[in-house]
Amino acid sequence: MIDPASHPRLARFAAMMSKETRQILRDPSTFLIAFLLPVMLLFLMGYGVNLDATSTRVGMAVEDDSGEASSLAGAYASSRYFDVVETGPLQRLRKSLVSDDIRAIIVIPQDFGRDVAAGGGEVRVITDGSLPNTASFVAGQAEGVRATWAAQRASDRGMAADPPIDLLSRFWFNPELASRNFLVPGSIAIVMTMIGSLLTALVVAREWERGTLEALMATPIGMGEFLLTKVIPYFALGIVSMALCTLLAIFVFGVPFRGSVFALFLIASVYLVPALGQGLLISSALKNQFVASQVALLTAFLPTMLLSGFVFEIASMPKPIQALTYIVPARYLIPQIQTVFIAGDDWGLFLPDMAILLAFGAVLFGLCLRFTRRRIA
Amino acid sequence: MSFRWPEFLRKSLIGPRLRAIFAKEMLAVLRDPRARLILVTPPLIQFFLFSFASTMEVTNIRVGVLDLDGGQWSREIVERIEGSPNMREVRALRSDAALKTAIDRQEVIAVLRFGPEFSADVAAGRPASVGAVYDGRRSNAAQIVSSYMQRIVGDVSAQTPRGSAIAVRLEGRGSGTAVRHWFNPNLDYIWFVMPALIAIIAAVSSIAVVSQSVARERELGTLDQLLVSPLRTHEILIGKMFPPIVVGLFNVTMFVILTPLVFGVPLTGSVPLFYLSLFFYLLALTGIGMLISVVSATQQQAFLGMFALTVPMIILSGYASPVDNMPGWLQAITWLNPPTWFLVVSEGTFLKAMPASDILSNTWPLAVQAAVSLWAASALFRSRME
Repeated sequence: MIDPASHPRLARFAAMMSKETRQILRDPSTFLIAFLLPVMLLFLMGYGVNLDATSTRVGMAVEDDSGEASSLAGAYASSRYFDVVETGPLQRLRKSLVSDDIRAIIVIPQDFGRDVAAGGGEVRVITDGSLPNTASFVAGQAEGVRATWAAQRASDRGMAADPPIDLLSRFWFNPELASRNFLVPGSIAIVMTMIGSLLTALVVAREWERGTLEALMATPIGMGEFLLTKVIPYFALGIVSMALCTLLAIFVFGVPFRGSVFALFLIASVYLVPALGQGLLISSALKNQFVASQVALLTAFLPTMLLSGFVFEIASMPKPIQALTYIVPARYLIPQIQTVFIAGDDWGLFLPDMAILLAFGAVLFGLCLRFTRRRIA
Repeated sequence: MSFRWPEFLRKSLIGPRLRAIFAKEMLAVLRDPRARLILVTPPLIQFFLFSFASTMEVTNIRVGVLDLDGGQWSREIVERIEGSPNMREVRALRSDAALKTAIDRQEVIAVLRFGPEFSADVAAGRPASVGAVYDGRRSNAAQIVSSYMQRIVGDVSAQTPRGSAIAVRLEGRGSGTAVRHWFNPNLDYIWFVMPALIAIIAAVSSIAVVSQSVARERELGTLDQLLVSPLRTHEILIGKMFPPIVVGLFNVTMFVILTPLVFGVPLTGSVPLFYLSLFFYLLALTGIGMLISVVSATQQQAFLGMFALTVPMIILSGYASPVDNMPGWLQAITWLNPPTWFLVVSEGTFLKAMPASDILSNTWPLAVQAAVSLWAASALFRSRME
């Protein structure tokens, strides 16, 4: 224990810290956000959000009875990208397309066999455009099956048809192109934003609402100290939760971790500075828990999801939205965290981003301090 | 601020006690001007932010080229890449080391590498190859860029001497596939996003309102006052259900009007059926929000509980990625998730002119969810009061 007589400041600080820590540990909702939700989020991102190619439910209408038609129909049925769940006349398949029972219709039209013999033979593909990604994927795969089938027939007749220029593609860092490998590390950014900004957005507002802040002001504690005691426990919570997520990512989801643990902890710590600053600023400026929580959702959580480059490519957004992304702290975190996981340490990439994040943090904490001072005066 | 009921409602339908509690609950939600603002502004901001930010196209691409050949055919490919409307910059790289740095620092998303013999091989009719390296950290965008590259190289490939010869042997056959996209002929991503967003924003705003309701009164100590009033328990709860449904209907109506006007998304289905389904959707959401509120001791717990539930609800709705792509056990869980059902209704009403039978088969699960969650909330409320 610290002796209050010899170190009054330190003792005060320790007392406040233990008050905050106890308050956090006592409330089950903190555990919900810091441990249960991150685990759930990781599982959902790891298993639920799948942007990769899987098989699509389709209907098939074979209107021709030639050998070519049934051979091609067999090619579609055995393709791993298609799951032919319904066959029949086009009329009935249309209804299933509207009802969401199937995502596309493949039509092998009448006279297909005759057309193929004449050098043509067109397959018609009708997709459900209400899901644009699935639709373009299905269209591409349907073309692919048709082309492979034709090439196979050509080579059966002794005509080689391999392309004159071959494009040999290699995907660095993530050769199997698992979207999990960028979604799971990206979720860690979301988790740290939740703890840093969402939880802290409530803490000062709660003291205002309940009137306990006035009681604290009557004590000799300074405002800087007060804010620090609010921040440090949440900082620790953020780091512990990040570590938990990292362990899950590596050992449960098999995401590669090619950087160093030191770099990861440094990246996380630096990001928590502006995140906590933002939460605290919202909380001390708004003084109302409902309003503060909604503002935190809108200004911290949503931008991290949408404007950080985590899910959507920043370069593809309209110019004004791109400009907006520069003030989203997570924008500077996502490349770092993806790199430290699947590429390795690259300090040339880390350090400039860290500098920007720390500058954000300084501005936000400065504003916080001004806000609390002005309110007290 | 006073609250007056329309004449026909005052005369009929609802008894005086229910009218009083409705008025009280609406006032509680709308009294604070900042809270009033927070009910409508964030959904509007989300509406525009989501619509502009959520793009699945990849444009403004930066790629690098390491051309050790410099001959006719490599220049042909590079020129076509430069001419593609999706490209922003084609950076000439000098060495393999520069290639590695450009990818590592995310300065470019892809690099094409031509070996020294490339043009000679093509001209002589020998099989030639181009290397392409992509940044797998952004695997989604990289895959899309890779499909652009495939197309460009494929086009050039068909024009080489050997490519023309093959085309003659295969009797000039085209791709052999005619694709038509129904409901959304140009595959506009925003046509999918906006109806989905309606389902999500309705969920977020109505659950946010209702989850605070009981928890707030409990934290402020006014719940006991309500309990000693002549109101019966079910009347208190019906009163609490009123504001989220009003807020949800208001926000959704705003979006149903804005979506076709601002973004040109067609509204092809039946609006009355849409609202019927929406009503049960809002009831189901209210039931879930009420459960959170009844269980929570403080507003903070209610808010965090709301948050912990809405995030997975959105991820599982089919908005983030198609439900079809999820593993079977997770698809089974999505049956319990109201937005999953309403997303189908919303997309169907806007884009697919979905008939009544399909709308209803996606609505009755919402009605069941509403009945179960509201019953559970009121049972819990009663048991916690005793």
